[in-house]
Amino acid sequence: MKKRIFPRRNAGIAAAYFILIVFAIVMIFPFIWMLMSSFKDATQIFKMKLFPTSPTLDNYKYIFFSESSKFPQWFLNSAIVAICTTVSVLFFDSLLGYTLSKFRFPGKKAIFLLIISTLMIPTEMLVIPWYSMIRAMKWVNTYWAIMFPGMISAFGVYLMRQFMSTIPDDLIDAARVDGQGELRIFLTVVLPLVSPALATLAIFNFIGNWNSFLWPLIAASKPRMFTLPVGLANFSGEAGSDWHYIMTGATVAMLPLVIIFLIFQKQIVKGIAMTGLKG
Amino acid sequence: MTLATRRSITAYSFLAIPLVFFICVRFGPMLYMMAMSFTNWGLMRKVTTFIGLENYKTVLSDPVFLQALGNTLRYAILGAPIVIVVSLCIALLLDTIHKGKGIFRLIYVLPYITPVVAVSWVWRWMYQPPPLGVINAILVAVGIPAGEFLNSTTQALPSILGVNVWVELGYCSTIFLAGLQTIPKELNEAARIDGAKGRQVLFKVTIPLLAPITFFLVVMEGIQFLRIFTQVYNMSMQAMGGPLNSTKSAALYIYQKAFTNFEMAQAGSASIILFAIIMAVTLFQMKFLDRKVNY
Repeated sequence: MKKRIFPRRNAGIAAAYFILIVFAIVMIFPFIWMLMSSFKDATQIFKMKLFPTSPTLDNYKYIFFSESSKFPQWFLNSAIVAICTTVSVLFFDSLLGYTLSKFRFPGKKAIFLLIISTLMIPTEMLVIPWYSMIRAMKWVNTYWAIMFPGMISAFGVYLMRQFMSTIPDDLIDAARVDGQGELRIFLTVVLPLVSPALATLAIFNFIGNWNSFLWPLIAASKPRMFTLPVGLANFSGEAGSDWHYIMTGATVAMLPLVIIFLIFQKQIVKGIAMTGLKG
Repeated sequence: MTLATRRSITAYSFLAIPLVFFICVRFGPMLYMMAMSFTNWGLMRKVTTFIGLENYKTVLSDPVFLQALGNTLRYAILGAPIVIVVSLCIALLLDTIHKGKGIFRLIYVLPYITPVVAVSWVWRWMYQPPPLGVINAILVAVGIPAGEFLNSTTQALPSILGVNVWVELGYCSTIFLAGLQTIPKELNEAARIDGAKGRQVLFKVTIPLLAPITFFLVVMEGIQFLRIFTQVYNMSMQAMGGPLNSTKSAALYIYQKAFTNFEMAQAGSASIILFAIIMAVTLFQMKFLDRKVNY
């Protein structure tokens, strides 16, 4: 009996590995093809070989240093937008999560539901009034125009409220007895206790803002104000058959995220799993 | 002043700025758009007047919008189930192996966190006709005739849909795997002791226990596919949703109406129709799938 079970089980596991490896190749091949293409010149790019026959860094020189390329500016814009919105989201979302979890006041539940219900409103509908808003306020082609819709995230409020509820009330009360101000308690006592949650929120918010496309596409009309995804879409649309430049641009747009991903892989996988289990 | 009132005042002062934000940037614009959808608001028009349901009539009798709606439903009805089934299979396979689980999961999640614009252009290039596109090169090498992919009115939509499936797989399989790991092993063992075969355990124990997660993912992915925009924008010629509108999604139609034709009110009406469809589909899924969740 035992002798029969084990070989069959091994065959099953071998089959599982085989299928998983096939899927892994499908998942990762586009990235490898893109990366390898970024080291090829205009003629090598059309040869169906994975590895460049004579690797070159000319594409990167073009993307980063040529006069006509705006990639460095776009990179900077994306970094500014992603960092500013993330800092704002961290502050306001944790403050909201803290207030909605640790304070008792009339209308608490209604306010929480009000905030969460904004998750249902689709961006496609909001971008139209937002656009007329930034025109009326003369914000078009400013960082603020790109950033303002993302300064507070309703999803983050939900997440932080969950985490805040794990903080013992005694700690907060002890700080109050010491005579500390409420905002100071929040900043020096509460925030350090939820730093893992803050890290998760920061990572996801940064990724989301770095990748965001629809609103930055509308809010910026001048190329110098484009974020990296908008710039890449625009550049690629005009590059025609210069696929070696397009693939290099795509690599550059991905690079910061791949680095973040490799550093914070555990938090990211955990964070994704958490959204599913708590939803 | 009592302690309770003082605490309440602190709470309200913490909430003040965020509440102004949510009212000015979410609810206000939504109500404004709903109201303006009954006017002829357009950036090219000087005077805005009330025209009742005219925009809804215009949009719903526009064959391009109807086609875009049809495409959107096709993305969702085909895309969401494929993502759910394939990612469940991946998660089940990952759950059976012991070594290398982490590295597989890492590779699968990669497309989900990279910019959609960038991966769309990578795929657009891989889909190119021979001799440029690598997919066609592989097909020809193994003796399958080259496909037209993005250049064909029938193949372009599935090609774009495939990329979105590829993006979402890592997200769904990660959530499924996390769900599988919360199922106590004793349950499977108990079923086996009762004489259940592997397949029976899978369909009678494991999959029913995953129902709440499956339900969550069906809703999330349904919404995700109904709102598809960036892939279509970047993978069709001139961002037009072509060839011949065959890939145009409702979101892309709304974008073009508002920001190339400047017909803000018509675009708004179209967005409200899309919103209504998303709500209807979500509520339908909740009602329909709820019974299975309460297993």
